[in-house]
Amino acid sequence: MQRKVRDNKAWFLVLPVFILVAFSAIVPIMTVVNYSVQDIFDQNTAYFVGAEWYREMLRNPALLDSLGRQFFFSFSVLAIEVPLGIAIALVMPTKGRMAAVSLILVAIPLLIPWNVVGTIWQIFSRADIGLFGYAVNALGIDYNYTSDPTAAWLTVLLMDVWHWTPLIALLCYSGLRAIPEAFYQAARIDRASKWAIFRHIQLPRLKSVLVIGVLLRFMDSFMIYTEPFVLTGGGPGNSTTFLSQALTQMAIGQFDIGPAAAFSLIYYLIVLLVCYAFFTAINQLDKAK
Amino acid sequence: MNWMAWTGVTATFFSVIGCILIFMTILEIKSPTLEKKGFLPIATTRGDKLFISLISAAYIHLGFLALVDTVLWVALCISILWSAVVFRWG
Repeated sequence: MQRKVRDNKAWFLVLPVFILVAFSAIVPIMTVVNYSVQDIFDQNTAYFVGAEWYREMLRNPALLDSLGRQFFFSFSVLAIEVPLGIAIALVMPTKGRMAAVSLILVAIPLLIPWNVVGTIWQIFSRADIGLFGYAVNALGIDYNYTSDPTAAWLTVLLMDVWHWTPLIALLCYSGLRAIPEAFYQAARIDRASKWAIFRHIQLPRLKSVLVIGVLLRFMDSFMIYTEPFVLTGGGPGNSTTFLSQALTQMAIGQFDIGPAAAFSLIYYLIVLLVCYAFFTAINQLDKAK
Repeated sequence: MNWMAWTGVTATFFSVIGCILIFMTILEIKSPTLEKKGFLPIATTRGDKLFISLISAAYIHLGFLALVDTVLWVALCISILWSAVVFRWG
């Protein structure tokens, strides 16, 4: 018969984490909720406006455009980085000195701070002095990311792909290395093609790391701020103004604390829903195993 | 607590959420939940159902604010009804 546990003192060990989370997350979120229902003029002057800021934010065309851009950017990033990351992981050497060298080379972009990445690409893509910008123009393509929205978009996308595809590649590389040799031996006995090995052995075994990779990349790209801010400043016009930048302009630039708080919470709810969907997917995968 | 800019409405909102969490914790200690599969695409515990109900309520309210000009009581009633359905058959 199972004995009932009467000593629950171990719960006290969770207390420091609870206090830390309360100070770093719960109290700030409560404050943002409080701000989102008030029109705040200064520290002592605030008027209750109910759900007015939420209504205004949800019907604000500029912010809805930013939201659309943000989703488009995140899905574009995933559509490029995931297949590319898998492809890089598949061709990376697995043994010998070259394995270590390629790992270091692939990991380099991940070590560069976000603002430095933005600065590198800002100079690299300039049509007058940047190697990339100059080369593209030399090919006869009119490329100027400071005046052409399409060029600005492509540059931001390219920069993100350059910066973050290595993360997917390294995750997939570790996933591929975890596949036992016996699987490949069985495939060789069956004379399976490279495609069949990828389709029936490698890809299914990469599922768990890919879910984590997609989650990380979606979350990170959905909250992108520094790189496009440094590269394009959100322009030309508002063509590369993503949610974080729109929010920062509203909260700090215009000091519209109430509307910014309401929009932050809408933003938070989107991130929360996507996180929950991925968390559920990971749990389902674990259960399936 | 003045710096947190509390209002009566938000204080009531968080008190209700806090009370729900305390009630769910007590319920969990008294009668531990079992994972069940209902009409939702995943097997859920009582806690999952609470989370799904709360996040659904938030989206129902946002949907009303974005599309309709009526008062939010309607959204609140729909949310409560939806939560009841999730807890009973989810």
